[in-house]
Amino acid sequence: MPSLPDIMTPDAEGLARQAGQGGAHAPAADADQDAFFEFLLRMGDNALILGHRNSEWCGHGPVLEEDIAMSNMALDLIGQTSLWLGLAAEVEGKGRSADDLAYLRDAWDFRNLLLVERPNGDFGATLMRQFLFDAFHFHQLQALSGSADPRVAEIAQKALKEVSYHLERSAEQVIALGDGTDESHARMQSALDDQWCYALEMFASDATDVTMAQAGIAPDPASLRGVWDETVDAVLDQATLKRPEGSFAHKGGKQGTHTEHLGYILAEMQFLQRAYPGASW
Amino acid sequence: MRPAVSQVWDWLAEVPDPEIPVISLTDLGIIRDVEWQGEVLVVTVTPTYSGCPATAVINLDIENHLLSKGIEHVMLRRQLTPAWTTDWISDQGRDKLRDYGIAPPIDGTAPDGDVMARVTSLTGRGNMAVPCPRCNSNDTRRVSQFGSTPCKASWVCNACLEPFDYFKCH
Repeated sequence: MPSLPDIMTPDAEGLARQAGQGGAHAPAADADQDAFFEFLLRMGDNALILGHRNSEWCGHGPVLEEDIAMSNMALDLIGQTSLWLGLAAEVEGKGRSADDLAYLRDAWDFRNLLLVERPNGDFGATLMRQFLFDAFHFHQLQALSGSADPRVAEIAQKALKEVSYHLERSAEQVIALGDGTDESHARMQSALDDQWCYALEMFASDATDVTMAQAGIAPDPASLRGVWDETVDAVLDQATLKRPEGSFAHKGGKQGTHTEHLGYILAEMQFLQRAYPGASW
Repeated sequence: MRPAVSQVWDWLAEVPDPEIPVISLTDLGIIRDVEWQGEVLVVTVTPTYSGCPATAVINLDIENHLLSKGIEHVMLRRQLTPAWTTDWISDQGRDKLRDYGIAPPIDGTAPDGDVMARVTSLTGRGNMAVPCPRCNSNDTRRVSQFGSTPCKASWVCNACLEPFDYFKCH
């Protein structure tokens, strides 16, 4: 059996050189294109749906600075979405654009984690979800920065810089609120307990993940559990929050089986393109 | 007409950043390459933040400015790698930012994912002092990790009480 490429130790410079050579990108050699497309949808849809959830705080944040922070993170995530879905459209090769994928797919064609489509709840719940996802997203992008596909690597290297900042912010907020007043502590603990079983879907690998890992394009998400645990434990410890013990995970988002919440998100997000097809400005 | 590449760079240095008009696109370090390919001038631009709304405006401004200089065929190429870093902001750009009231980035302080080290240094009486662009005091504090644009954070000076933007190290 051939040894798998070691993509946990990214050679960013080497990839950067490779990516800069010649104009056209070489397609990933042996990757199953369908799996590759699925994987890219997962990356793009996580960023898109979480970005949309963050944008719902615009004008509703508890203080102006937090309101602005939420919108800024939404902006980063939507920007990353356009890169991932742009590549997905290119890989699919059916003439669809990133916008087509965002605005003209229905819920069952979305591949985001259930965690990111959960309603925002209170500000603490939003931050806890952000932290649980950021800790995963950070380690995932770090591994993807060394992807065998240079197009994936360059998007990951770009996004990683933004997500490092997201993680720093959400970690600080979780600590401030967890180790805050009795009220804020109780709300953060409850937000953690409620979302734990959704967060664990992040590590539930399926055939698509295995195909991507074997092609050296993306890490098997299950392999990120250790580093995620380390980050999460360190922050929860400082936040005086108790890590839930459950190992049950709600699953299905990555394969297109969603909660009812996604439909409401899409109804709002896609309204314009559905009502006025092809509208632009 | 094919003006020299160095002339084109000079022209690009006249195009202001749409959100921080005091610095130019070349000060910001986002113009990565200029070259002629036959009769087409290819300008390679790298985005600051992937979702920065200024990106589209920047592309339009580059094109319009070069067209106004008589260049007929301009092609803009987006380059993601190597990813933009605030290390590429010119010294002149840093001075201009400071004069404008924005504290320039402090190199080497970008987040690296070592969350606990960062959290401790930033929440505890950290070692990162951002000098106030107005009174130059180091007695300042961060109000929010984000600000009016993706590239800035909100700070306030404890000495002169002036709120100010800090251009985040990225």
